[in-house]
Amino acid sequence: MSDLPTAARVVVIGSGIVGNSVVAHLAELGWRDIVQFDKGPLPNPGGSTGHASNFIFPVDHNREMAALTLDSQRQYAAMGVNTTCGGIEIARNPERMEEFRRRMTSATAWGVDAELLTPAEVAKLVPFVNTEIVLGGFYTPSVSVVDSLRAGTIFRERAIELGALKTVAAVEVLDIEVEQGRVQAVVTDQGRLATEYVVVACGVWSPRIAAMAGATIPLTPAVHQMIDVGPIPELEATGNEIGFPIIRDMDTFCYERQTGGSMEVGSYAHRPIFHRADDIPSIKESRLSPTELPFTADDFDQQLEEALELMPDILSTAEMKYAINGLLSLTPDGFPLLGETAEVQNLWSAAAVWIKEGPGVGRMIAEWMTHGASEIDAHHSDITRFYRYARNDHHVRARCAEHYNKTYGIVHPREQWASERNMRCAPYHARTQALGAVYFQAGGWERPHWYESNAALVEHYGIEDRPHEWDARWWSPIMNAEHLAMRAGVGMIDLAPFVVFDINGPGALDYLQHLTVNNCNVAVGRSIYTPLLDPRGGFRTDLTILRLADDAFRVVTGAFDGPRDAHWFRSHLPTGGSVTFVDNTSAYATIGVWGPKARALVESLTSDDISDAALPYGSTAEVLIDSITVRLFRISYVGEHGWEIYVPSDNALAIWDRLWEAGQAFGVTAVGAGVYGTTGRLEKGYRLMGAELDGEYTPVEAGLARPKVKTADFIGKDGYLAAREAEPAAVLCTLTVENHISPRDGIARFMCGSEPILTLDGERIVDAKGRVSIVTSAGAGPSVGKFLLLAYLPPEHAVVGTDLLVRYMNEDYPVRVAVAGSRPLFDPDDARMKG
Amino acid sequence: MTGAPLVLIDHDRGVVGDDTRQALAFARACFPDLPIAAVVIGREQTEPIAGADTTFHIRHTALVDYAPEAWGDALHELAVAQSPGAIVATGTERGNEVLAHVAAIADQPFASNVIEAVAGASGTPWQIRRLRWGGSLLEDATLDATLPIMSCALHVFPNEISGGPPNADTPVVEFVPTLGPDAGRTRIVDRVRVAEGITLTTAPVVVSGGRGVGSEEGFAAIEALAELLGAAVGCSRVVTNQGWRPHADQVGQTGKRVAPDLYIACGISGAIQHWVGMQAAKNVLAINTDPDAPMVTKADYAVIGDLHEIVPAIVAEIRRRRT
Amino acid sequence: MSGLRILVCVKRVPAPGAQITLTPDARAVDARNLAFTTSPHEECAVEAALQLVEAHGGDITVLTVGPPEAEEQLRFSVSVGVQHAVLLTNDELAAGGDLDPQATARTITRGVRTLETEAARPFDVLLFGNESADSGGFQVGVRVARMLGLPIVNGIKGIAIADGVLTARREGDAGFEVYRMPLPAAVGVKEGINLPRYPTLPGRLRSKKAEVRSWPFVTEPGGLTMVRFATPTVELTETVVLGAGAGAAGAVVDLLVELGIA
Repeated sequence: MSDLPTAARVVVIGSGIVGNSVVAHLAELGWRDIVQFDKGPLPNPGGSTGHASNFIFPVDHNREMAALTLDSQRQYAAMGVNTTCGGIEIARNPERMEEFRRRMTSATAWGVDAELLTPAEVAKLVPFVNTEIVLGGFYTPSVSVVDSLRAGTIFRERAIELGALKTVAAVEVLDIEVEQGRVQAVVTDQGRLATEYVVVACGVWSPRIAAMAGATIPLTPAVHQMIDVGPIPELEATGNEIGFPIIRDMDTFCYERQTGGSMEVGSYAHRPIFHRADDIPSIKESRLSPTELPFTADDFDQQLEEALELMPDILSTAEMKYAINGLLSLTPDGFPLLGETAEVQNLWSAAAVWIKEGPGVGRMIAEWMTHGASEIDAHHSDITRFYRYARNDHHVRARCAEHYNKTYGIVHPREQWASERNMRCAPYHARTQALGAVYFQAGGWERPHWYESNAALVEHYGIEDRPHEWDARWWSPIMNAEHLAMRAGVGMIDLAPFVVFDINGPGALDYLQHLTVNNCNVAVGRSIYTPLLDPRGGFRTDLTILRLADDAFRVVTGAFDGPRDAHWFRSHLPTGGSVTFVDNTSAYATIGVWGPKARALVESLTSDDISDAALPYGSTAEVLIDSITVRLFRISYVGEHGWEIYVPSDNALAIWDRLWEAGQAFGVTAVGAGVYGTTGRLEKGYRLMGAELDGEYTPVEAGLARPKVKTADFIGKDGYLAAREAEPAAVLCTLTVENHISPRDGIARFMCGSEPILTLDGERIVDAKGRVSIVTSAGAGPSVGKFLLLAYLPPEHAVVGTDLLVRYMNEDYPVRVAVAGSRPLFDPDDARMKG
Repeated sequence: MTGAPLVLIDHDRGVVGDDTRQALAFARACFPDLPIAAVVIGREQTEPIAGADTTFHIRHTALVDYAPEAWGDALHELAVAQSPGAIVATGTERGNEVLAHVAAIADQPFASNVIEAVAGASGTPWQIRRLRWGGSLLEDATLDATLPIMSCALHVFPNEISGGPPNADTPVVEFVPTLGPDAGRTRIVDRVRVAEGITLTTAPVVVSGGRGVGSEEGFAAIEALAELLGAAVGCSRVVTNQGWRPHADQVGQTGKRVAPDLYIACGISGAIQHWVGMQAAKNVLAINTDPDAPMVTKADYAVIGDLHEIVPAIVAEIRRRRT
Repeated sequence: MSGLRILVCVKRVPAPGAQITLTPDARAVDARNLAFTTSPHEECAVEAALQLVEAHGGDITVLTVGPPEAEEQLRFSVSVGVQHAVLLTNDELAAGGDLDPQATARTITRGVRTLETEAARPFDVLLFGNESADSGGFQVGVRVARMLGLPIVNGIKGIAIADGVLTARREGDAGFEVYRMPLPAAVGVKEGINLPRYPTLPGRLRSKKAEVRSWPFVTEPGGLTMVRFATPTVELTETVVLGAGAGAAGAVVDLLVELGIA
């Protein structure tokens, strides 16, 4: 009955909010010959879009998600399907009020109007709320309800009007043909469709569709329960589809949202209930739709009680007419799954997207497919962010089970996962454990963040604890003590999570030159620190490359970006075999040895010449420690003299022990990643991918541009050259907090990151490109005696000595620009490190 | 010695429904070698029933009008007297009800809505196939009974029976049951006529709406079309559950069964419970946004799209052609 | 005598979509993704009982014979206002066994007698569904009423009680047939008699705490034994698509003319 074409430039599978948005934005960016299909009917094919609650609360702590949501809300409004109704998050316990102050701060950061309400003010807006149990509210007047099905139709019509799109309903995908790792065709029950690109926008079915191509889209279909209660005279009297602000009862993980004369009560409080993409019933087998499964009433009783408690007047006599276990998509870390899949070229994922970010995601994907990067940086959503261990059902379910009930939870920015631990451990893990390491997870690795065995150093250095529990959560004063101990003597840092790629072959140099900003044609034994840019000149990553031989390079990058970087390297490999790429992360463990006594310690273990003359700063060589060959790399991320020591994994325990034993004579301290990643790094002003560095900023703005530009062509060069020509719209600065005392309760507070920087008048700071100034990293600088913040500031503010404010938990604290650019605050001339 | 199987003739004050004859065909299929006896309960007199070899006429003062308990008692008494090979009826509301009473009195199993039945060899159970879920599922079962009691599913066997003797020649045998004192407890004591024009069950055309209609007001266009076509308005269960239409309009397993010349299904997905109520329609036209909806794939004709646009367009087109 | 004492017998049935899937052994409906519900006629019987008690006072007992999971349907009845719930189950039913209508009726009858003996008072009204949604046997109510010696009428779409007489209305071709029965009496209720109410939030919460009484029984098989299910072969109709959207109106009217309708 359908007339499915036999060829297309791009096939978009799925006609939910995401697929529809993708086709519209692709068409607007000039794509033609787009074919979109869905196995269900239009406009509601039976996926999660069809039963979504369709409301948008724009405030999110995460910049990327907030940007996607705000973009989406703008798009819905432009289509005339955005009804502003306001929304109130209410608090039942004091911790939630603190969280609201944090949300106020995020609202300020993203420029969203919001206010804190007293219970009486809540009642004024929503009179049927039982204010006796409410401590206060967080009110966002711009909260809206959208018509996502209508939006989908408008999106498709837009693409059809441009002559770009053919949409066919009731087409079932049977296979996706892949050759040499690249998409070739989609096979359906109505024929084969040859295509260059496939976008999987299949919501809860995405894993099943991707698997046909041999790719993984790590999500699980999960139940979100909702009921419809009515009729309610107070709601009918509004004569509106939505006449009252939506209530989010945050501490019970429930929401109450008017739909005409009824109240929809939805919950994220019930036990995690997961399904599998393959087991979702077909349209014909479903009574309502495949994603509206039978309601399991027992799971919802607690929520009924809480809803009754909150709105007793209107909910006690109305009837529960409709109740479903609605399916939605959950991912291991709660972020969407966007971008080209790690396994198959030109197979794109646009999955795990909610109504609130659907249109923005469509735009992001279309820009990304068109330009190689999107205006809103996709760092958190990039599907290639997952290591292999994180792409299987077991992991997905374990993590989703852990975070499902945090959907409305109060999640600390440093919060650690409880599930899926102890999977990746350094060879000397038992040793760090014995030292009382407190582990944070980095790329799945258990990485010591600080060592309880160093607790005595806290008193020794007179480090003060943080008086506020929130600021002290997932933090220890021991980190500051370890920092000072390292600067005074020598520290050993577990760097086993380092990601190591060996890139070899006659084409290796040209290949790397094409990817990197800085010149890789250095002498054998030398290293290159370099940004890698996306095609528009924004940051793709930054990393270090060691030249081991003429045609042998070792790339070292961070644990958090390993898989993303691996995808970038692999997807640019030349055909023909002139370059080989091997991920040797598991083959090596790395131990950092730094501090004024580092040289003495390492020299005591090797008879090889590691003098400054033989192994100057930035160079690398293999040396023998006893009979074990290790590679020393003279570099430091903490600003001290010393080495990264690359050790084959089988030797790593032995080397740890040698260093530790020999180190006793030098008072060696085991130092955690709290120093390596935060305190040591911030004192040196070093930038971190995903914090300071992302696609929205250029090396010039980050202060990482070199005086000269290499002659070789490289990805993003045009953008880079343009950025060098222009006056930067923002400069990355180091700021110091001048007063920590909270005006409200008089205790010292310590920022966690992502807070807005304000002028002394309390105004948000937005640069010429529309980017807001927020704290990208925050942490102590024990050696400089200040608490440090990194933030991009427009040039007029990026002047040393400028006084500004940082807003934290809805209170303002004075800050001062200490460094504008990349010059370190501590040891500005790098004398300790290079000398 | 097995006597002729008894076929209950469902009639209302003498008017024999066409459907009831289906049981005669069913009985013939079950007992190709036996004579078939029709049973007419409670009229002053009766003509021989066409297609039956004998017609039993059961008369009693308690049997003037339909009385389920008394009909059951009477039929049971006849069965005791005749030792029939089986008692069958068409699975109409009354057919099933009377057979249930007979089965209860005799403490025998009763298989309703049978579509195939094969007698077991001497003393072994019958192998039967019957409808479940209103016909969307088949059940193979065994019926182990000294007196097999079965109703045949509606519209499975033909109304007209071929091969039987011409009715004028067959005998009518009178039977007067004793009936207990309670037999007349449940009987029609009154009838309330409901004034109506075209009834859903007899209309030649039914225009029916489902979930896709969306609201009570949404039926205005459907009513307009029905009026133009002299059709009755029907609906699916979800519509009556939403309160958009009265239950009297409901077509389906728990509503009415219809068999019009044309059934126009607007925004009805075609769930089993609905399909079984209209599967006897001679033609089905589905109007639906979903080309893959069961109603569309099972229909004879379909229009894909939004009924809210299509139905008014059809109304306008009919009006245009009539002027 | 304070009000009516009413018993409603209900059955737990799956609520399938357009296509019923069978288990691999074809002896049951694959219910993995299905909700279960009270068979629709019986849902209306519960509502009818509630309305009778609202009019006359009294109390309602809901009884089912089924697997232990049928407790869900009993609690649903309690959530809309029924006072007492009785679940008759045993290991066989728990294991997915199927009771034929004879066995079901015997079990119910024994249950009714137990309840009546306990209360030293018979039920005034017994309500059944006209037939169950799944097996459609059309007989359990009749059998129970016969065993208890009660009058019963099926297909009832209207019930009124006055002066110890139950007046029942049954839909005929052109109106209603009226039956009158002295109490105690039994009725087979048909959907359409009312629109059953949904539970309120407090009702649902109350039902969680309600006592569901249960006692074991021994299955005595009847004469009808299910062997297996089968899915009927669907006649593949060639669907003629007349068009899409309002533009198809002309083709539709052409068809109506061709069929002699317009």
